[in-house]
Amino acid sequence: MNFDFSEDQKNIQEQARGMLAKECSSATVRRVIDKGEYYDNALWRQIVQLGWPATTIAEEHGGLGLSYLELCVIATELGRSLAPTPFIASVYLSTELIKTAASSQQQAEWLPSLACGDVISTVAVNGSPRDCLVKNMQISGNKSAVLHGMIANQVIVSATNERDELGLYLVNLGDSGVSRKVQNSLDPSLPRAELSFSNANVVALGGDISAEKALSVVFDRAAVLLAFEQVGGCEATIEMAKAYTSDRYAFGRQVASFQAIKHKLADMFVAKELAKSNAYYGAWALSADAPELALAAATARVSAIDAYYLCSKENIQAHGGMGFTWEFDCHLYYRRAQALSTLLGGNPYWKSLLVDRLLAA
Amino acid sequence: MDFKDSPEQAEFRAEIRCWLQSNARAKSASGGRKDQSEAYEDAKAWYKKVADAGYACLNWPKQYGGAGLTDIHKVIWSQEVSNYDEPDAYFVIGIGNCGPALMHFATEEQKQHLLPPMASAETVWCQMFSEPSAGSDVAGLRTTAVADGDKWLINGQKIWTSGAQHSDYGVILCRTDPTISKYRGMTMFFIDMRQAGVEVKPIKQMDGGSHFNEVFFNNAVIPDAYRLGDVGGGWGAALLVLMNERLAIAGVQPDGFPEFLSLVKTLHIDGEPISANPAVREHLAEWYYKHAGIKASTNRMLTAVAKGGMPGAEAALGKLVGAVMNQDIANYAIQLMGDTGSISEPEFAQQQAHFQKTVLFSPGIRLAGGTDEVMRNVIAEQVLGLPQEPRADKGLAFNEIPSGNQSR
Repeated sequence: MNFDFSEDQKNIQEQARGMLAKECSSATVRRVIDKGEYYDNALWRQIVQLGWPATTIAEEHGGLGLSYLELCVIATELGRSLAPTPFIASVYLSTELIKTAASSQQQAEWLPSLACGDVISTVAVNGSPRDCLVKNMQISGNKSAVLHGMIANQVIVSATNERDELGLYLVNLGDSGVSRKVQNSLDPSLPRAELSFSNANVVALGGDISAEKALSVVFDRAAVLLAFEQVGGCEATIEMAKAYTSDRYAFGRQVASFQAIKHKLADMFVAKELAKSNAYYGAWALSADAPELALAAATARVSAIDAYYLCSKENIQAHGGMGFTWEFDCHLYYRRAQALSTLLGGNPYWKSLLVDRLLAA
Repeated sequence: MDFKDSPEQAEFRAEIRCWLQSNARAKSASGGRKDQSEAYEDAKAWYKKVADAGYACLNWPKQYGGAGLTDIHKVIWSQEVSNYDEPDAYFVIGIGNCGPALMHFATEEQKQHLLPPMASAETVWCQMFSEPSAGSDVAGLRTTAVADGDKWLINGQKIWTSGAQHSDYGVILCRTDPTISKYRGMTMFFIDMRQAGVEVKPIKQMDGGSHFNEVFFNNAVIPDAYRLGDVGGGWGAALLVLMNERLAIAGVQPDGFPEFLSLVKTLHIDGEPISANPAVREHLAEWYYKHAGIKASTNRMLTAVAKGGMPGAEAALGKLVGAVMNQDIANYAIQLMGDTGSISEPEFAQQQAHFQKTVLFSPGIRLAGGTDEVMRNVIAEQVLGLPQEPRADKGLAFNEIPSGNQSR
């Protein structure tokens, strides 16, 4: 048994951490939030240059042909640094959906521009299947809370066709039949938009898989990848809470020396560690394409949602009043914890999936 | 990242699987827990069988009764034997804690004499650290060892000693110099539990059982040859023993989830499977991810061990999460059974009254081997590096430390 990342994968992680520590301080995140910029273009260009979006894309399609394990270690660092980029929308969701549900010809056509970052893609697959209707290869309807919908070049939409079948369709967001509007959200560094379609042209994803199945497969993969982002966020909050309570004195001693604080931080560590171990198991199942993935993904997701909520909320508490200010970064993690938990359906949805899969196992 | 055995490990696994199949008893629904002495005899017989086959203490050197293999072989053994109804972890304190203490500190002659019968459980060992006024603050212990020529005179009392009533020998931590700092004034020894001046009294626990004991020492004389390590080196020796314990108990701490899952699969409410009930599902999800998280954390730790490391203080996590979860699951399972939940007759209650027994026994597990609170301190201080609380005993000689009026 070797239940750990390889030395090469750890090196990738270290390089990612170093780059993000330099290029993605909380000032970068705050600039995006304060100016309503939706994402940090310079950081995104750098991420593209390092080839991160190309990680799991096959070499024949301009990718690096690496495993999901490499993507997992990168995800940890993106989560730790709260990177304000369209990585989740474009890489974990769109790229994976195209790899899973597009025809091989479509993959050959679309994946290279995603690998090199020329195209930013997102997905609009939540809500009701009847939010959007496709007729004569044109789509009409609305989708809400679309991640990075304001800046994406294209979107994959789940919609119902004339025969009342659910399908996945690619829409160019430059189409004259598309309008988009930003929606204020809890975490403006992962901005959401409302997309309205009025007879916009679509291309149906043409792979040999049902839309339902494709979404389920991609959501399971994304659940594991997001769990690593959440674990990265947890680690950042634990480090912050430790640093602040160690520096600050009350009653003549370090706040971190009070057992009430130590036990709080121990509980944060325990929740993070359970989430991390569950994410590792998910990473193994993902990289081995094992039948255990369904249960492992749901487990990793629920564990990570609970851990990040606990860590981000208790980090505020450990900071006392300063944790409640706009100036301190605690709320950035708290906001991110909320934003990540609502993607792909929230905690109750995944808990229910977990139990279904557990009872079926 | 993979869960595959190496070819050599796979071969070993196949070998023990084959042996277990013809020598170990299958898990059966009618088994259930046995009473104390019956379980003890059972465990001794099983260990003898294992030792005769050459599978005892796989990670110990051959000359001391082991098989000369690695920690990973031991883990493979534990994984495989857990599929059977055999009391394999019964002597885990003696073998897992006292064994390494002897291995490090005893003379070659003592090791060859004492370790092989320990490995086969022909002689049984216990560990005596805790005292009535030295629980979480175990370094506050007061049992004295006073030098008398080349002998030591032991006086005092130990408590919460697992299995002392069955033990032939024990490792004991004593105060040898009360006039210096408490951590420097302790020394470790071993002692014959059947000798004069040693008296064992089983404690009747809140669940009615007697797993733990009080041990009284009244002028018990031991030779200096029974000293383990330097005079004054007891605390370092104790830490070494406890570090080995982390490996010995890895993955052994029950969290109650497998039993809960099989219970839930059998119960119905208004003709519907109880697993369709939203409240039950909420608990299933939360307890499952904790159960899976503990298991995966253990696998991460074992991976580090396979690469030659020792388990770190983060190993405290398994007990901290698992012990209270075991208690909470037992409580909840009983609620699910309705009025009959309080019936604790093994012939009547689900799974031979597993949950009724656990709800009464589990409070002890949250206290034994480091309380929940001590485990949080261990994580906070040793893993996260947070500062200790200011202490009233700092810089004082042991006999100057305020002790209140503790008689128990």
